[in-house]
Amino acid sequence: MDVDLADETSQRTHFNGAVPLERPRTELTKTNRDAAQLQRRKEAEKAYGRGRKIQVKGVRDKKLRGNLKSLENKYKDATIKLKDSEILHENTEGFLEPENELERTYKVRQDDILPDVAVETAKKKFDLKLDALGPYVCDYTRNGRELLLAGRKGHIATMDWREGKLGCELQLGETVRDAKWLHNNQMFAVAQKKYVYMYDRAGVEIHCLKKHIEVTNMEFLPYHYLLATVGNAGYLKYQDVSTGQMVIELPTKLGSPTSLTQNPQNAVLHMGHQNGTVTLWSPNSTTPLVKLLAHRGPVRGLAVDREGRYMVSTGQDLKMSVWDIRMFKEVNTYFTRTPASSVAISDRGLTAVGWGTQTSIWRGLFTKHSLEQEKIQSPYMAWGGEGKRIERVKWCPFEDLLGVSHNEGFSSIIVPGAGEPNFDALEVNPYENTKQRQEAEVKSLLNKLQPEMISLNPEYIGNLDLLSAEQRKAEKDLDKKPVDPIADIKNRGRGKNSSLRKYLRKKGSRNIIDERRLKIEELRKSQSEKQKLKIKQAEQELGPALGRFARKGA
Amino acid sequence: MKIKALSRPVASAQAPGSDVARQPRNLDPALHPFERAREYTRALNATKIERMFAAPFIAQLGKGHVDGVYTLAKDPNSLQRFASGSGDGIVKVWDLTTREEIWNTSAHENIVKGMCWTRDKRLLTCASDRSIKLWEPYNSTAGAPPTATWLGENAFTSLSHHRSKNAFAASSGVISIYDLEKSSAPPDVIKWPNATDTITSVSFNQTETSILASTATDRSIVLYDLRTSMPLAKTVLNFASNSISWNPMEAFNFAVANEDHNIYIFDMRKMNRALNVLKDHVAAVMDVEFSPTGEELVSASYDRTVRLWSRMKGHSRDIYHTKRMQRVFSAKWTPDNKYILSGSDDGNIRLWRAQASKREGIKSAKQRQSLEYNEALSERYAHMPEIRRIKRHRHIPKVVKKAGEIKNEELKAIKRKEENERKHTKAQFKKRRNEREKMVLAAEK
Repeated sequence: MDVDLADETSQRTHFNGAVPLERPRTELTKTNRDAAQLQRRKEAEKAYGRGRKIQVKGVRDKKLRGNLKSLENKYKDATIKLKDSEILHENTEGFLEPENELERTYKVRQDDILPDVAVETAKKKFDLKLDALGPYVCDYTRNGRELLLAGRKGHIATMDWREGKLGCELQLGETVRDAKWLHNNQMFAVAQKKYVYMYDRAGVEIHCLKKHIEVTNMEFLPYHYLLATVGNAGYLKYQDVSTGQMVIELPTKLGSPTSLTQNPQNAVLHMGHQNGTVTLWSPNSTTPLVKLLAHRGPVRGLAVDREGRYMVSTGQDLKMSVWDIRMFKEVNTYFTRTPASSVAISDRGLTAVGWGTQTSIWRGLFTKHSLEQEKIQSPYMAWGGEGKRIERVKWCPFEDLLGVSHNEGFSSIIVPGAGEPNFDALEVNPYENTKQRQEAEVKSLLNKLQPEMISLNPEYIGNLDLLSAEQRKAEKDLDKKPVDPIADIKNRGRGKNSSLRKYLRKKGSRNIIDERRLKIEELRKSQSEKQKLKIKQAEQELGPALGRFARKGA
Repeated sequence: MKIKALSRPVASAQAPGSDVARQPRNLDPALHPFERAREYTRALNATKIERMFAAPFIAQLGKGHVDGVYTLAKDPNSLQRFASGSGDGIVKVWDLTTREEIWNTSAHENIVKGMCWTRDKRLLTCASDRSIKLWEPYNSTAGAPPTATWLGENAFTSLSHHRSKNAFAASSGVISIYDLEKSSAPPDVIKWPNATDTITSVSFNQTETSILASTATDRSIVLYDLRTSMPLAKTVLNFASNSISWNPMEAFNFAVANEDHNIYIFDMRKMNRALNVLKDHVAAVMDVEFSPTGEELVSASYDRTVRLWSRMKGHSRDIYHTKRMQRVFSAKWTPDNKYILSGSDDGNIRLWRAQASKREGIKSAKQRQSLEYNEALSERYAHMPEIRRIKRHRHIPKVVKKAGEIKNEELKAIKRKEENERKHTKAQFKKRRNEREKMVLAAEK
């Protein structure tokens, strides 16, 4: 007994007031490991997932269910493995971060950055003084290794900017409006006074595209090998540069365009016009896929982010607006002090805007994973103000560099955090050697996409044509019960003209009394009786004085 | 201000002094646009390449036979030996590695009807001269006399050896089970009680070893059990069957080659309907055989073609033909599942690839990987019209194509007529007969 008492007292002293549970529900509290696993899966799904899962439980066919289940497991496994493969990434992105509240990133000048970055990176900031044949436009190759400069007065130069080696230099002696690299550094196209010309690496003219007249803007779709041009007459022309064929000529009927860019995700072209509209084009429709009114004045600059979610447009109306091009909704509008002439979005979502003699770089105009897009109060970085009128801004792929071409030449400036740090060597390789370039060219030509594959949703390819399958199936099944057209007719109770009466009138073949006819009549009768009863009830409800106001179809 | 800008030294791409360029990957989908379109294009290319490399015909063996080749028999204990029997009674044994004849004899007076190998690598042949003879191709010279001869009452049509016992079945009007160890003893005879017609082929089940199946000219398929020495069941089809083949992996399933141009796969336990009907031939099917994996079938037909089938699908996956190949009477898989042998009326034995575009040479890992990838791709996009078209496209001899069109037209006409009849008779209240049941005329037990 004594022992028992002692036990009780000791328990009492330890009691802290919590109600002890008879049966602890451990299944609800996840262990740390489970939670981590779940979190990991969620992250993988977010970054590499391919949309919603198929609900296999509802599938009745056993074999199909089994197949779908194993497929789903495969996909799940793949996403997790992809996420895990991230540890193999070698580089991390650059950044520019204030250390205290008083510091502002937009106050940082290039001279402040240079001492803080690697010597090799610092070398990448350079200026080319070319003030005689100005204003220049610039273009980087897809791997960002070579630069193409084209002066309005006919000066063309290509260079390996990293090594400072000149590729070729041409004095064309006529107006040059635009210049673009094609799929690699071996060829480029130049929109000259009248025609578009193609030159090879050494500057030898290899083609004169006489069908492209007075071209002002050009875009090259690398996966489709299509050169798209649009000129003063407003004709959008697609030329296949691998076969040399003209794919299609589309009249925009909106006059001379003011800007042109491509959506890298679905190869749809975005064109800005004098009247402030932006139209979206694919070679598969003669009318624009989408037409949206972006500005109250000519659209000066257009850019689409690499995942094809957001578009930034600048207009003569001193506005810069951010668009969600999945919903075609304006996200935010910003103000520019002078009309912005050019805009570009980097791989990591930095937006460079060239306005007047200034360039400002914005960060976070849009974010991928948040529902609400906040309005940014100040730019991330700024450059210029030295009297150089900016013609075009262009991000160098896979580098923290912005190329700015202006009336006095070209400047390459360092913008930490702009470039994609980890490139995929089998996709686009900035360090490729000759052999690799040749191999990549052959591979990409083998996998060349057809112009028909361009559409707003690039994932439609490979989907099943369910509609026609259903039709075929219906045609095949002879034992199927015939559809009763009368059963489908519902009395919608709108107005006098019931759908049954309409059916009788249209298909009733008046003088033939057959089974169908009798069925319809019977149905009508029952319906009208129901209606009458309804009215009577309503009359009673309203009383003797108001009864006459009882409405029929109510 | 904290500043960091990207810097990748050139040495990180290719180490100094090395000629191997590193190829880092980043699998972020944002860096790989148009994934579906590109994958589809690759699948299309893979399918095209697969068709480009399709060259099913390998060679003819030796100089063939003087008369047509009507039977082939492969040695179950050897990957490289098989025998062929010709219309003039000559039997030859071939070596597959050298593709040359290694042994021959003039075995019978006329067509060699049936052949099979015993467990101890001896060869049994039978013919309509009412004799069965036992040969030793491995241990005797060409032209040596037979080691044993059995004489029967009627012409023999087919032979099949038991899986483990030293016994074989021979078919004539009845099925006689001979014991190889007691060569002078009279055979055990089994038959369906009231059957009178010639049995055209007989086959032992190699898994469920005491089960035996036969086809006869009275259009019947009969199953027998040796343990009771009794027939089990008889099924009469609309047309006679020419040949029978058990599935080596699913012991209870077998395929019959029918005169009505079709091949029927039956489940032994449920003979009132076929498991599958394989339709594509435009003349009687003379021979059918399951592949050693039990997944595929090969059939030889009177329309001068050999067709390959998947067990699960209703139409053939490939058709093999040459300009000179005449009526094909026999087709066999080699035991390694990689090649097909066909014996035809023109006296030649032909060697084909089982997968027309597959090459059997040693492949590097890279090569193998890319082949596997291509195969997976073209399977994934198999439903796309363009890929399906390319995959299915075959050059077919004009005669066969025309015959197919005519047959199609005729079948449509029959169907139309039946439908019209249905409309105006009591038949309209009955359910239509399943396509897999239509050919079963009667079933008896």
